Amino acid sequence: MDTMTPKTAKSLQNHPTAGWLMMAPAIILLTLFLIGPFLLAFGFSFTNQRLISPNPTQIVGLRNFEQMLGVGVLTLEPERDNSGAVVRDDEGRPEYPRVRTFTRNNPDYPHLEGMREWFGWSWGDNQVVVLARDLVFMKALTNTLMFVAVVAPVQAGLALLLALMINQKLRGINIFRTVYFMPVVVSIVVVSLLWRFIYDGRNGLLNNLLSFISFGQFRPVDWLGEPSTALWAILAMSVWQGVGFHMVIWLSGLQTIPVALYEAADIEGATPWQKFRFVTWPGLRNTAVLILVVITMQAFSLFAQVDVMTQGGPLDSTQSLVFQAVQRGYEQQNIAGGSAISVLLFLLVLAISITQRYLTRERN
Amino acid sequence: MKTLKTLAGALALTTALSGAAFAQTELSMWYHGAGSTVERELINQIISDFNASQSDWTVVLQEFPQIAYNDSVVAAAVAGNLPDIIDVDGPVMPNWAWAGYMQPLQLSEGALDGFLPGAIGEWDGEVYSVGLWDAAVAMYARKSVLEENGIRIPTLEEPWTKDEFDEILETLQATGDFEYALNLGMADQGEWYPYAFSPFLQSFGGDIVDRSTYLTAEGVLNGDEAIEFGEWWQSLFERDLVPGTSQDMADHQTGFIDGDYALQWNGNWVAVQALEALGDDVLFLPAPDFGNGPKIGAASWQFGVSATSEHPDGASAFIEFALQPEYLAAFSDGIGLIPATAEAAAMTENYAPGGPLEVFYGLSEAQATLRPVTPGYVFAALEFRKALSDIANGADVADALDAAVDAIDADIESNNGYGFEE
Repeated sequence: MDTMTPKTAKSLQNHPTAGWLMMAPAIILLTLFLIGPFLLAFGFSFTNQRLISPNPTQIVGLRNFEQMLGVGVLTLEPERDNSGAVVRDDEGRPEYPRVRTFTRNNPDYPHLEGMREWFGWSWGDNQVVVLARDLVFMKALTNTLMFVAVVAPVQAGLALLLALMINQKLRGINIFRTVYFMPVVVSIVVVSLLWRFIYDGRNGLLNNLLSFISFGQFRPVDWLGEPSTALWAILAMSVWQGVGFHMVIWLSGLQTIPVALYEAADIEGATPWQKFRFVTWPGLRNTAVLILVVITMQAFSLFAQVDVMTQGGPLDSTQSLVFQAVQRGYEQQNIAGGSAISVLLFLLVLAISITQRYLTRERN
Repeated sequence: MKTLKTLAGALALTTALSGAAFAQTELSMWYHGAGSTVERELINQIISDFNASQSDWTVVLQEFPQIAYNDSVVAAAVAGNLPDIIDVDGPVMPNWAWAGYMQPLQLSEGALDGFLPGAIGEWDGEVYSVGLWDAAVAMYARKSVLEENGIRIPTLEEPWTKDEFDEILETLQATGDFEYALNLGMADQGEWYPYAFSPFLQSFGGDIVDRSTYLTAEGVLNGDEAIEFGEWWQSLFERDLVPGTSQDMADHQTGFIDGDYALQWNGNWVAVQALEALGDDVLFLPAPDFGNGPKIGAASWQFGVSATSEHPDGASAFIEFALQPEYLAAFSDGIGLIPATAEAAAMTENYAPGGPLEVFYGLSEAQATLRPVTPGYVFAALEFRKALSDIANGADVADALDAAVDAIDADIESNNGYGFEE
């Protein structure tokens, strides 16, 4: 009888289906809600699938991607009068023909049909204009990349700073830990709604505060209503909301560093900066890789803030890839278009993650 | 022992109650008005009256906030979970009927006699939806403010012209008494944009799509008239006469009554509120004439039956029950909407002859224009809204309208013309 108990336990562990059974809940859920939808999206992106339509679905090949990624370049020559001199406006700048005369029903430029001006620059007297077939997508793409490029370092850095500050044995330090972590627990939708009031252009908290501390010198800004400030406003809020979570991860990394190393550094007479540079930072290596990858992925999925606060406006200055995917799939009932964006986003995030892994790999 | 008895009694009672309900077949119903207590009371009154009036059906209500309602219906249609009875915004109905979410109503002969045309939703020769009311938009003004500034009170025969209207806005702005001369309701970023503002475009001579074919927007949404409209529209924001797209919803709702805005372009659903706050001083004025006659939007929320309903007879019976004049009148008294029949109008406080809102009847009759009746309207409306937001925020007028035209044309093409042929 004595040997029975361990034997049963062992046979259960060795049972060929045990591992599968234990993995089953995770695998079923992941397949149902992650892998399945992704494969569907991949398939839909090569069709003209609508959300609901009496028309049959047709395979259209790469048309959705060509439509989204199509770009063209147009060089505009300035308008000249009869004598051949360049026509200039009141401020002395040359005048150019309108781009729409080339992109609309112009048989000489069929490859530019339906494109819109994205950006341009002057080249001597000429004007070079880069055109995009799907300008909203291009703006969503550049906004998202900008968002990630700023959020990843800023949020990681701020989180580290906070973690270092609260990693001290002071009375009441738990209050600070709680306060910094609090925004993470609140739903991002609620946070976005509240910050909409803070950013309000008429009587928002931020404008009132800035005007109070500048003794009324500050002119109120419509933070979410100006194309130049809207994305930055969302960005600042997102960092504020997310920083607490990564602070906790940094903190856990900090607490794995043996105290003996700091004591040894003290004996050597190291300055605080040297202690950070040669003890803390090397000890946080793995944490840093994790945080960088996680923040990058989270930042790419920017959606709720845009949906609640700006709906992509003003002037597409806050469009994001995920917001556009949802907008196209649901509001515009164009599942194929939404799927194509999702597939591109997947490839983008995959490429960046692989690059990050490669750059931060263990070098022995 | 005593508790056990009470428990047993309660159990017996609930069983009996649910047993009684079992005799009636349940019909589910969705409504867009969550958050409005007045609307909830009205609709619940109709439902409880209907449930009590017969023994075959019992209607169960589920409410949604308006901003999420259409998405919810579309998602439910995809998932095959539509309720039996839905309510639908008039211009959206053709899309839902075409896509197969809705089926024609089974109303008895003559049930719609005397209904305002804007309250009847027809597509492909069949009635798919019917409204208990129609809505109308008017220029809300204070009589005292207009008189103080020597501004002519316009009439249906002689509405303000474009130049006159522009001058009035600048006069009102120059008084310095108001934050903005006019509240357009830019905060309400849904169907309000096409409903309230596309009539301006039509009055200029443009439109959202070419109604002769319904196959393109080229030339009507980006023609000379439309560009003229767009430039005027942009100038309103450049001259700081109206609040922009970042307007706060609360300011939109109370700004006119609080005196922050001199004029307000708004629907008659806020008329009762304005009358209560301002009394005789409030005026409901006709739309300005921008060259092709003054126009306002027609058609509001209507009731219909989903295509997947297993009991379309019961659903239609409920809708027909709801069309009784007393309910039409109750909705009108509650939220100020135009009752769909003259019989019901006579029973209301506001639309009875001589009533304070009777003027809306005239506005609706003289100016109401249906939004394009096509399944493609849903998409076109989104593009119209985006173009107007972008132009308000300083985008190039012609480019913004071109972009909308291209998107609308591409959508029509990818839907094989939505059933329209050349």
